[in-house]
Amino acid sequence: MLIIPCPHCGPRDEIEFACGGEAHIARPLVENKISDAEFANYLFIRDNTKGLFLERWHHSAGCRKWFNLARDTFTHEIIEVYPMGSLPKKASARTSYSSSWRRGTLAEKAAKTGKHSQTEGRK
Amino acid sequence: MAQNQPDRGQRGLPGGSPRYSALALAKKAMNYHQDWQRAWRDPEPKSEYDAIIIGGGGHGLATAYYLAAVHGINNIAVIEKGWIGGGNTGRNTTIIRSNYLWDESAAIYEHSMKLWEGMTQDLNFNVMFSQRGVLTIAHSEHELREMSRRVHAIRLNGIDSEILGSAEIKKFVPTINIDQSIRYPVMGGFLQKRGGTARHDAVAWGYARAADDLGVDIIQKCEVTGLRRQGRKIIGVETSRGFIKTKKVGCVVAGHSSVVAAMAGIHLPVASRPLQALVSEPIKPILNTVIMSNAVHMYISQSDKGEMVLGAGVDKYNSYAQRGSFSVPEHMLAAAVELFPVLSRLRMLRHWGGIVDTCPDASPIISKTDIEGLYFDCGWGTGGFKATPGSGHVFADLIANDRPNKIAAPYTLDRFSSGLLIDEHGAAGVAH
Ligand SMILES: Cc1cc2nc3c(=O)[nH]c(=O)nc-3n(C[C@H](O)[C@H](O)[C@H](O)COP(=O)(O)OP(=O)(O)OC[C@H]3O[C@@H](n4cnc5c(N)ncnc54)[C@H](O)[C@@H]3O)c2cc1C
Ligand SMILES: [Zn+2]
Repeated sequence: MLIIPCPHCGPRDEIEFACGGEAHIARPLVENKISDAEFANYLFIRDNTKGLFLERWHHSAGCRKWFNLARDTFTHEIIEVYPMGSLPKKASARTSYSSSWRRGTLAEKAAKTGKHSQTEGRK
Repeated sequence: MAQNQPDRGQRGLPGGSPRYSALALAKKAMNYHQDWQRAWRDPEPKSEYDAIIIGGGGHGLATAYYLAAVHGINNIAVIEKGWIGGGNTGRNTTIIRSNYLWDESAAIYEHSMKLWEGMTQDLNFNVMFSQRGVLTIAHSEHELREMSRRVHAIRLNGIDSEILGSAEIKKFVPTINIDQSIRYPVMGGFLQKRGGTARHDAVAWGYARAADDLGVDIIQKCEVTGLRRQGRKIIGVETSRGFIKTKKVGCVVAGHSSVVAAMAGIHLPVASRPLQALVSEPIKPILNTVIMSNAVHMYISQSDKGEMVLGAGVDKYNSYAQRGSFSVPEHMLAAAVELFPVLSRLRMLRHWGGIVDTCPDASPIISKTDIEGLYFDCGWGTGGFKATPGSGHVFADLIANDRPNKIAAPYTLDRFSSGLLIDEHGAAGVAH
């Protein structure tokens, strides 16, 4: 049984939570047309790290707020809890964010407004 | 669906030397069973093979066996980091059935069922395949209606399946509680009579012995740590016992599929989760079939030794720890005791977890990759034991011919970009 440190309610039993899977997956914007294969990277392909993993949790039977967890999937050690929309602070968790294959995908690039969105979107 | 009988391969008799039989057993008894031969060799890895299978679970060993027996490719090795069958093959609750909803699933699980039906003879190894029936129960009107839709679809595919009312269920399974006042009353169910169980270890051992007999090297305590490539081609595998050259690599590593795929820069739609099971102390026979309930996440059967074998739903988080959270079996046991009050004082003897490779559509991946010579057979998740022979059979065919056959074709990795998913959550997502 995991004891999960909800940032709002403190440490609580895992049964009060729902797990939302991999964190930091940005949805590609509609106007940034990308291929089906690239869209699949957003929709279906998942990081499935053995070791330090960044994931979302929801305190569904508590304060009902979402937050992020940096957790080791092999030892179950919880390394850091941090708010939605932000990045972890611990060096190991930061590395796991920046070294993820997802950072290089077109799906992630298409989630941001940028040059390559505008030309396509105006047609 | 008019399926042909699968090609079981030409395995020159007698298989395994000497052949296992009642007579051999009697002869060895004279010597207090002191001189049984080893069932397979323990070879040093060669420097090169025609093909390498990573993962010595049932699926990997079956793949190697059919590569040798059906396709005549004998210069192959199965590389296992622990001991064969020590993964999910040796941790599962051994439920076998082929009553899935979609045609694609019917094709592969029924292909498998046919191979189960002859496996003990084919391998000359008693896998204790027991067609005691698998009964899935419904606890609501809606579930019952959904069930009858499924039963009709299954029957259209030529697979046996029938609906039972709660009184018929009580007649078939006298120990079950059909009192309509319980939280999740038994309102009916559906039965596949040809379903049942098999001895999990024996499946791994039987395939290992038969494959070894055909020249396959089974290399245990050897971990694959890298996949060596030249451009877009596989040229070998790095292992804890050195580099081994090969042009074809089949990965059948279940919970570790994403880890091995990452060695080649491939990302899968797979999530590795713990799945737990328990067995009780042995008791006299009280259950003659397999009972499953998707609604209360419980399934139960009784082993030939008399232990009650119980399994739960999958844990909610990713893990590689081969253990899950206590709340999951606790929830399942509550349901089991309500359905079978006779279990309430039973003591549980062992409890364990395995790491299962779940896919978004609850269907497996049997696929080439964009790297030449690299193949994956994974994503069987919570329910791949039943598919062991069928999966090995079609995966061997894929590796030998570098193209999927009709049964394997729908299970490509491409389906996650084309959208041609095979959604079996109803039949596979919860129970097995
Ligand atoms: C508790 C539980 C209950 C289940 N109940 C059922 C059921 O009732 N019915 C059903 O049909 N299915 C069931 N399943 C699912 C079923 O067990 C699996 O789908 C199936 O056994 C997978 O077989 P496999 O050969 O692919 O995997 P495994 O048997 O897990 O084999 C994979 C092997 O790969 C090895 N490996 C991994 N990485 C490496 C590496 N880098 N180098 C070398 N070797 C490596 C592992 O050590 C392992 O032995 C259950 C699973 C669990 C955990
Ligand atoms: Zn909270």
